[in-house]
Amino acid sequence: MSETKTETAAEREAALGGIGCDKRRKEDARFIRGQGNYIDDIKLPNMVFGDFVRSPYAHARIKSIDAEKAKAVPGVIAVLTAADLKPLNLHWMPTLAGDTQAVLADEKVHFQNQEVAFVIAEDRYAAADGIQLVDVDYEELPVLIDPKKALEDGAPILREDVKDKDEVGQGPRRHPNHIFNWQSGDKDATDKAFAGAQVTVKEEIFYQRVHPAPIETCGCVASMDAVSGRLTLYGTFQAPHVVRTIVSLIAGLPESKIRVISPDVGGGFGNKVGAYPGYVCAIVGSIVLGRPVKWIESRIDNISTTAFARDYHMTGELAADKDGKITGLRANVLADHGAFNTHAQPMKWPAGFFNIVTGSYDVPTAHVTVDGVYTNKAPGGVSYRCSFRVTEAAYLIERMLDVLAQKIGVDKAEIRLRNFIKPEQFPYNSCLGWEYDSGDYPAALKQAMKAVGYEDLRKEQAEKRARGELMGIGIATFTEIVGAGPSRNCDILGIKMFESCEIRVHPTGSATARLGTKSTGQGHETTYAQIIATEIGIPSDLITVEEGDTDTAPYGLGTYGSRTTPVGAAAAARAGRKIREKAKKIAAHMLEVSENDLEWDVDRFTVKGVPDLSATMKDIAMAAYSNLPEGLEHGLEVVDYYDPPNMTYPFGAYICVVDVNRHTGEISVRSFYALDDCGTRINPMIIEGQVHGGLTEAFGIAMGQEIVYDDMGNVLGASFLDYFMPTAVETPHWETDHTVTPSPHHPLGAKGVGESPNVGGVPAFSNAVVDAFAHLGVTHMPMPHAAWRVWQTCHELGIDK
Amino acid sequence: MAKTDIKLTVNGQEAAGSVEPRTLLIHFLREQLGLTGSHIGCETSHCGACTVDLNGKSVKSCTVFAVQADGGEVLTVEGLAQGGELHPLQAAFAEDHGLQCGFCTPGMLVRAHRLLQENPDPSDAEVRVGISGNLCRCTGYQNIVKAIRNAAQAMREKEAAQ
Ligand code: FES
Ligand code: FES
Repeated sequence: MSETKTETAAEREAALGGIGCDKRRKEDARFIRGQGNYIDDIKLPNMVFGDFVRSPYAHARIKSIDAEKAKAVPGVIAVLTAADLKPLNLHWMPTLAGDTQAVLADEKVHFQNQEVAFVIAEDRYAAADGIQLVDVDYEELPVLIDPKKALEDGAPILREDVKDKDEVGQGPRRHPNHIFNWQSGDKDATDKAFAGAQVTVKEEIFYQRVHPAPIETCGCVASMDAVSGRLTLYGTFQAPHVVRTIVSLIAGLPESKIRVISPDVGGGFGNKVGAYPGYVCAIVGSIVLGRPVKWIESRIDNISTTAFARDYHMTGELAADKDGKITGLRANVLADHGAFNTHAQPMKWPAGFFNIVTGSYDVPTAHVTVDGVYTNKAPGGVSYRCSFRVTEAAYLIERMLDVLAQKIGVDKAEIRLRNFIKPEQFPYNSCLGWEYDSGDYPAALKQAMKAVGYEDLRKEQAEKRARGELMGIGIATFTEIVGAGPSRNCDILGIKMFESCEIRVHPTGSATARLGTKSTGQGHETTYAQIIATEIGIPSDLITVEEGDTDTAPYGLGTYGSRTTPVGAAAAARAGRKIREKAKKIAAHMLEVSENDLEWDVDRFTVKGVPDLSATMKDIAMAAYSNLPEGLEHGLEVVDYYDPPNMTYPFGAYICVVDVNRHTGEISVRSFYALDDCGTRINPMIIEGQVHGGLTEAFGIAMGQEIVYDDMGNVLGASFLDYFMPTAVETPHWETDHTVTPSPHHPLGAKGVGESPNVGGVPAFSNAVVDAFAHLGVTHMPMPHAAWRVWQTCHELGIDK
Repeated sequence: MAKTDIKLTVNGQEAAGSVEPRTLLIHFLREQLGLTGSHIGCETSHCGACTVDLNGKSVKSCTVFAVQADGGEVLTVEGLAQGGELHPLQAAFAEDHGLQCGFCTPGMLVRAHRLLQENPDPSDAEVRVGISGNLCRCTGYQNIVKAIRNAAQAMREKEAAQ
């Protein structure tokens, strides 16, 4: 039956373009020609453009809004304010963290650049004209910028709308500016460990407020068809189905009447998970006007209003014996969530997965406390290539290991080797409640040390120190926690965080797959096709992957937190296996043998012991529609919903070498070596690309990015002029490497990699910078390590002359 | 606002339109001519997503008024492929994984095209300086640099063979 008998199994395997090969990307064909279809490329007949009047103040009462002059501007069609949204009950909207957020400022503004009115005009120029002429009369109120002052008696109360509430969605709170208190671990046991410790160290470590700033900002086009009552919402959505559900809940439309389409998205990094006022205003505008309404964020709006990241004021403490073996860990965090608690993450986790803070180390006991507070800053918190606060956690533990090493005078690699969870301890139950699936940390670090010539680097460093020169070696041996998540503890709006895949095999031997995730540059059209090719024996070139249209894709929770591979790819693999199960029944019928006599052979079923007798997947596909055994339904289609049994735990060993100019504080990154273990590797080329990109983002964060506010709550530096964006010139050369420790519970053994380089990269840079000063007694330096700041350290130490 | 008629050559074809004095070239290209390959990432000359070639120079079309391009010659990403054949830069970007989300790619390609006109055999460092006006958040630049150098080599070899 087979036409390709003469080919060897290896040749047939290669022809599939399946798991493990450096398949070139399918999506590139359109992108390199300028034929991508991004949100601002969408142009609908009769479409109008909306944009916001934003608050110049961080905290003020709105006394009046006069839009008459704006409405008289040629081209301006309408101006929406909270008063217009109120009758529809849309002036506030629920957040994914159980709080509420103003869509358009209702009586008060809570942060600079908050949305106050929405001007809709024939085009973006007329909208800009209209914005200039909306008169808003503000009465300034005292501004709260420092989260440490938020919980003081007499602090200005920011959220008057919830000031009398005992909780705002994430448990009891103790002050009108308090959002939640979250704890994990055993306090008494930890106190005891510290009381009896031979050595303790403590450090205040601030992870500054940053923003992922994808090159494409957020935006949408809302189009309400008044006749059918159907709303189509195009937008830069990392999680289109979640958006559909939210829109249904807040606009009161049935989900069957809402179609959410996420076209090509120009980078997300967590910036494009949440629901923003712009979406709601565009929808309302379209319903009211009966015309499609487009809203596209400007760059400054992007950095100053939508989904920032971090802003964690952390205090870390380690207890250890005199050899540096950790006996206890304490972490206290003050989390600045800004004006509304809008972070988009599994709802039961107000501090995300911060309790992964024990990292790669066998810590017997720990206790963690996180308090979230309101300030007059933009809302958000969990974006930027991060699986829900693992980035902050990894930064804290990796910095603390170095602090401990310096305290007891042990090498920074050695302190890690002494504390690693050992390979034979997996699956490992951490004292803070996680079950690590697999890992071999010592092997990874040793491979990294060998690759960079660690001993020689330390020798060189000693020589340089003797000459008064500054050189630093930074190590990060991080563990990630990704793939949210198991239904027992991960949900958004009550919806469990499964992932889905539908496969349809067509009669002539090709297939279409649809998934609930959404690529924002990771190459899903290519990698999913590779996975399915390997599972069902149809070449990946013949498998079309579609995402981002809620009318066609099965429900999924979207792409963020590195969950595509751990959850989505598992659904794809399992859907493929379901196809194969049915295919086997059909093959048995075709070959007139029992199913038990068949074995799978790359792209076909072969009769055991009779290799010439086989049915290829191509033939089976046709038979599924034409020649079926009795009792079997026609067609070859399945859907799989995958509920992961556990998270996955990718890990890595990074080593960064920097030279510091003690006269100017400038840092030059001499080398950066990144070893990643993400389990089974689906497309090594794409993995490397992800690592390059993630390391570059980490470099930006560690070396220059920070969203700063002055005392008045003015955001200083929300443009690309002020906010550090590494160009090709500053960006270091990246050296990548890997080990492979498959996940035992994932159908493919894969773990995900997208965020690892950010999680591990930032502490590697920071540790390198601090290490350059370690011999001078410096244990910590605040990020970002911009030259002016590093120079200050040099100056304080008197080594700048 | 009063409008001015402009005429220019875009990707070798005559193009005309009526624009306000303040209309930016990027908006004219994208919204009036429907050439949506060039993108907008900042509107402040920093990101380079809007880079096009104007009269033989790379410009950020978010910071050029459409009227300034009157009578000029513009090349956008849509004009790189010739006769259905990809430009060597386009082929190299795909081959060397020089793009991920693709949003910076059109600007990057058009900039690289001009760079190679100016310097047909750039070193790594020269490429990095040459594209430093174009930001990419996804790739970390390494594969972009590789792609540009590989394309340069392919172009030199092609030239030598002719
Ligand atoms: S949009 Fe022109 S440089 Fe960014
Ligand atoms: S590929 Fe996404 S910004 Fe460059």
